[in-house]
Amino acid sequence: MTSDTDLKDLKRAMDAALPAPDAVRKAANLAQAQAVFARTQGSRDAVRQSSDPSPKTGFFKGAFDMLFTRTTGALSATTALVAMGVLILSPAGQNLLRGPDLALSPSAPEVAPRAEPAVSTPSPILSPNAPLNTGTADGDIAASPAPSMRLEESPGVAIDGAFGTLAPGDTGDGLDAEARTGRRSGVGAALSGSAQMAAPAPADVALPSAPNSEAFANADANPVQVVTENPVSTFSSDVDTASYAFVRAALNRGELPPPEAVRIEEMLNYFRYDLPAPDADDLGPFRPTVSVFETPWNPDTQLVHIGIQGARPAIEDRPPLNLVFLIDTSGSMNDPTKLPLLIQSFRLMLDRLDAQDQVAIVTYAGSAGIALDPTAAGETDTISAALSTLQAGGSTNGVGGLEAAYDLAARMTGEGEVSRVILATDGDFNVGLSDPDALETYISTQRDTGIYLSVLGFGRGNLQDDTMQALAQSGNGTAAYIDTLHEAQRVLVDQMSGALFPIADDLKIQLEFNPAAIAEYRLIGYQTRGLAREDFANDAVDAGELGAGHSVTAIYEVTPVGSPATLVAPLRYGADETPDAGDADELGFLSLRWKAPGQDESQIVDLAIPAAPADPGQEAQFAAAIAGFGQLLRDDAFLGDWTYADAIALANANRGDDPFGDRNEAVQLMRLAESLSR
Amino acid sequence: MRMDVSDEDLALAAAGGDATAFELLLGRVYDRLFALCFRLTGSRAEAEDLTQDICLALPGKLAGFRGDAKVTTWLYRVAVNAASDRRRRAASYARATEGWSDIEIDRTRSAIETAEAHDWLTRAMAVLSPTLRDTLALVLDGITQVQAAEILGVSEGTIAWRVAEAKRKLRDMKALEEAGP
Repeated sequence: MTSDTDLKDLKRAMDAALPAPDAVRKAANLAQAQAVFARTQGSRDAVRQSSDPSPKTGFFKGAFDMLFTRTTGALSATTALVAMGVLILSPAGQNLLRGPDLALSPSAPEVAPRAEPAVSTPSPILSPNAPLNTGTADGDIAASPAPSMRLEESPGVAIDGAFGTLAPGDTGDGLDAEARTGRRSGVGAALSGSAQMAAPAPADVALPSAPNSEAFANADANPVQVVTENPVSTFSSDVDTASYAFVRAALNRGELPPPEAVRIEEMLNYFRYDLPAPDADDLGPFRPTVSVFETPWNPDTQLVHIGIQGARPAIEDRPPLNLVFLIDTSGSMNDPTKLPLLIQSFRLMLDRLDAQDQVAIVTYAGSAGIALDPTAAGETDTISAALSTLQAGGSTNGVGGLEAAYDLAARMTGEGEVSRVILATDGDFNVGLSDPDALETYISTQRDTGIYLSVLGFGRGNLQDDTMQALAQSGNGTAAYIDTLHEAQRVLVDQMSGALFPIADDLKIQLEFNPAAIAEYRLIGYQTRGLAREDFANDAVDAGELGAGHSVTAIYEVTPVGSPATLVAPLRYGADETPDAGDADELGFLSLRWKAPGQDESQIVDLAIPAAPADPGQEAQFAAAIAGFGQLLRDDAFLGDWTYADAIALANANRGDDPFGDRNEAVQLMRLAESLSR
Repeated sequence: MRMDVSDEDLALAAAGGDATAFELLLGRVYDRLFALCFRLTGSRAEAEDLTQDICLALPGKLAGFRGDAKVTTWLYRVAVNAASDRRRRAASYARATEGWSDIEIDRTRSAIETAEAHDWLTRAMAVLSPTLRDTLALVLDGITQVQAAEILGVSEGTIAWRVAEAKRKLRDMKALEEAGP
């Protein structure tokens, strides 16, 4: 029978292709399994008593902290991770974690509320009809380090795309079977409390694989707020620029970026603005500049442009710097736009370091290792040689690497020195632990020791933008995306002084609008950076940092009282007295709160914003063009019939000197977007 | 001396906390496990990773071994589920990828295709869905359909259907190949 022949063919091919297990891997696997076995035994007695686990978020974080602080060099990092998986997946482990042991773990610091709402619009590519699903071998992404997979018959994919969460039992009969097995045996299915915790439950593999529900951290545009109902707007500063580089990369490839990849605040903050720097009269190490002018896309509203320019300290006065490069050398980095570009980028940066600075390199792939012990930056030969030996290969063990890098940074830090871990990755972290929550907790703990973290993203294909965001935000650092050597120059060299030397920590911005002058307002961008009003004065709530010479730009669109552009009709039954006409000369009151680096107590500075529109000047106008561009890319609904052509005209007219060509490039990108959107 | 002990006794002893038993058992089954992982994934690198996943998960899984099934049946179930879990995790990688562009995927794909254009096995595996491939991996490993049904937690009829379906797909592929490039 032909059909039997088919199977025989396959069996023969399979048998012929069957490789012998790699002896080294085998020995390592057996040894690691043995180590895990030994660890599991410690919790054995408690196994069968846990019938009603009630996982809380805090428990997972506690577990994470505990494992990090307590699993030291005795075990390889991978084993530690797996042991953690076992602990968490087995009721025994949970008991262990909930038990008195938890008290031994360092208490998790107050964690700022995650400002990362899930993506609300699923990417259109996630539809089951995506090109990915067609053909025979098409779904196979085997060349990426991710396991090979076929999407066409995996119902989980469509579900994931739509809801962003994996529900146990929804992903085919294999999983069902496992979920049953797990429950019957009391192992594995214990965690099923919250949506986020549910995913690891049916996992058969030790790593708890909380899937990322979003690839991009972003949200719907901020809604229009009515001043009489909600007069105060509060958000955290953000000096990340990653989103702009994504947008540029997409447009240069000839496609419009997915709307959720566009974060307008990061586009605004990509550019250098010529704003007045602080002088002796300024309370803080920065100078806020506010201008109010007519909205380019709506003559009946106004834009409030807030620019905060950080001081530019003389570079020679800077404190010694300790840099730990944490370099992802996993197999996925083996691409000209990744590891080689990264090495070139770091070489660029080394030239700018002084003899008093120190550099160390930690690599991670499979297991974390130190590629270069702390070395004075003057020893360029040694450093250069270490960079040359970096090679991509193996799978990614990001968390083990992070731990090693922080250890090293702590050892290097002397009195009055600044230490920073610079993580360079394509974002392809171990999925099990790339749960942003868990990573955030770990990095937040480290942040309190005074070591900063910056994240540099490289390449495409594996990039997990939300992980990068979570890491940089909790590490008080910046996330940047490097796609060309030009961008590396910009991020690592031109802005090095700023990115590496924070002048203000936890910079929060609060704007109270005067109801006598303003009827409605909306903040353009900063969706993932919103804070509750009460968080402004709460020093425990984390916010973005400001580096030397950096500036932060935010733009509000406001509707003056009585403007025909008012969107929200007044309430029929609401209090009908108009707020005290009062003093309509002031549009609002801006408050900035920050901490001096390393300090716990914040300081505040505030100023009143005059309501009268004024000539904004080209810096604010250019920012407005970028804000409009971002909204066009996001397809936000507030622009009326304003088009790319209008954005191009506005940006072109306000290019200024443009010494680095950034603004010229932005205009080119607008043109590309215009032609692509037709 | 302990070489005479059955896999099942070893597993039970290991479940009871006997580290030596665990070591012995894993040493016995490792090569078979790897072969199955290779059949499940169709790639050596994948198989190595999957085997590692399983090895590290086994100590935790052992608590669930009650001696009511053969060790191989139990182990294969663990393996098949681990493979399916890896695929699920791959899907979350893929979501990150998808957000960017299909071009990247196309590029990666064409690289794969060039490298493996003449690899009949790869193509044969690629036409099969994960479910069919899991089933076939077991059957090609010499597992009976009854055992496969037990491992996969489905009825025997389902296994028979899947095997027939896999054969049909392979036949279609062959017909397509014979029809021309």
